[in-house]
Amino acid sequence: MKNKSLVSIDDLSTDEILSILDLAEEFEKEPDRTLLSGKVIATLFFEPSTRTRLSFESAVSRLGGRILGFADAATSSVSKGETLKDTIKTISNYCDLIVMRHPLEGSARYASEISKVPVINAGDGANQHPTQTLLDLYSIRKTQGKLDNLNVFFVGDLKYGRTVHSLMMAMARWKTTFNFISPEELKMPEEYKMYLDNIGLKYYEHTDFTDIISKADIIYMTRVQRERFSDPIEYEKVKNIYVLRNSMLQNTKPNLKILHPLPRVNEIHVDVDENPKAYYFEQTLNGVYVRQAILCSILGVI
Amino acid sequence: MKEPKQLSVSAIQNGTVIDHIPARSLFKVIQILGLDHIDNQITFGTNLESKKLGKKAIIKISDKFFEDEDINRIALVAPQAKLNIIRDYEVVEKKVVEVPDTITGIARCMNPKCITNHEMIKTRFRVISRKNVALKCMYCEKITSQENLQII
Repeated sequence: MKNKSLVSIDDLSTDEILSILDLAEEFEKEPDRTLLSGKVIATLFFEPSTRTRLSFESAVSRLGGRILGFADAATSSVSKGETLKDTIKTISNYCDLIVMRHPLEGSARYASEISKVPVINAGDGANQHPTQTLLDLYSIRKTQGKLDNLNVFFVGDLKYGRTVHSLMMAMARWKTTFNFISPEELKMPEEYKMYLDNIGLKYYEHTDFTDIISKADIIYMTRVQRERFSDPIEYEKVKNIYVLRNSMLQNTKPNLKILHPLPRVNEIHVDVDENPKAYYFEQTLNGVYVRQAILCSILGVI
Repeated sequence: MKEPKQLSVSAIQNGTVIDHIPARSLFKVIQILGLDHIDNQITFGTNLESKKLGKKAIIKISDKFFEDEDINRIALVAPQAKLNIIRDYEVVEKKVVEVPDTITGIARCMNPKCITNHEMIKTRFRVISRKNVALKCMYCEKITSQENLQII
């Protein structure tokens, strides 16, 4: 992975994924090291994202690296009409690695082609967000002790959710059984189901969010957003159906963990937070270790 | 009385004849091959009767021989096109076009949020289906299908 950009989870071989997860385990044991001292990391957030940006900045800071960049396109030269190309060409002169989030899809691939230094995609529109996928994989492996033969439930917006698509495609490498729970309007797109059919993996689709979760090893929750519905009445009908409550977890497996890419609005009731099966806050902490592992692998300092 | 058989477009001595172009794609083929920028003698006919295509077009280019790589670029708009290579009024070779594995700079990505529709970037696609052409953008990873295909 040395000196290679990370744009899409599909860019990584299974061995590369596993070596990042192994390395992240080492950082979890000892997160504060000086591996990045003397390195400059640019975090270019053309679209605001508190969690992802701070997680990267925390990862760099704990490793003794320095950070420059912007948190919002309004405070960059983009507001003067500069093209992405010029911004990347310029900033790649100032740093050893670029972490970028941009609202346009494909922007990260393009940036990686024109940048002199490696680019890590921290989200390009609705397309890819590979570091999120890696931290999800890390959280799954850490809590289940393995990645293969798990029963993974995705709940909520399965049509537009980029984290869901990337994680599903990644988990498909490990003989996962999938259950998709969503309103009709927000079902998993055909192209992803076709992919699972082609590689012979089982999946089940449901519109009810009920007892079937008793089979789950992982429940991956996402938010059903009002703006995804053309008919507001349809939204009103389903908005309270895809909410996870503590009472629903009674008959679930002891090893079950609940993940969520966050931010949460109301799709996981706060009464779940104290349940040991709730894992979404630990999940964000794992993000720091995973990003440390990615930064060090790409910069070749480990 | 029997009508005399005659060619709708006159024969060439040396060069390439591209036949079985759907009539509506003629100008796209001209554009893709850059025929509007070369000095060779070119004759074309369009809206000619065709059993296969309904209305077809034909292009004859004198003293011009294409590389396969170049000619395959027209596969997106004229998948059934046939080439006759002419030397001294004789057909010396026949070729069909093949949809290549990747398409660069011909088609537009249908995703309005794709970076290629916002900055000056040459589009690049991987061909994921040949029969009903489907192109996967190498930037935004969205699929542009035949019915949404727009030639730049």
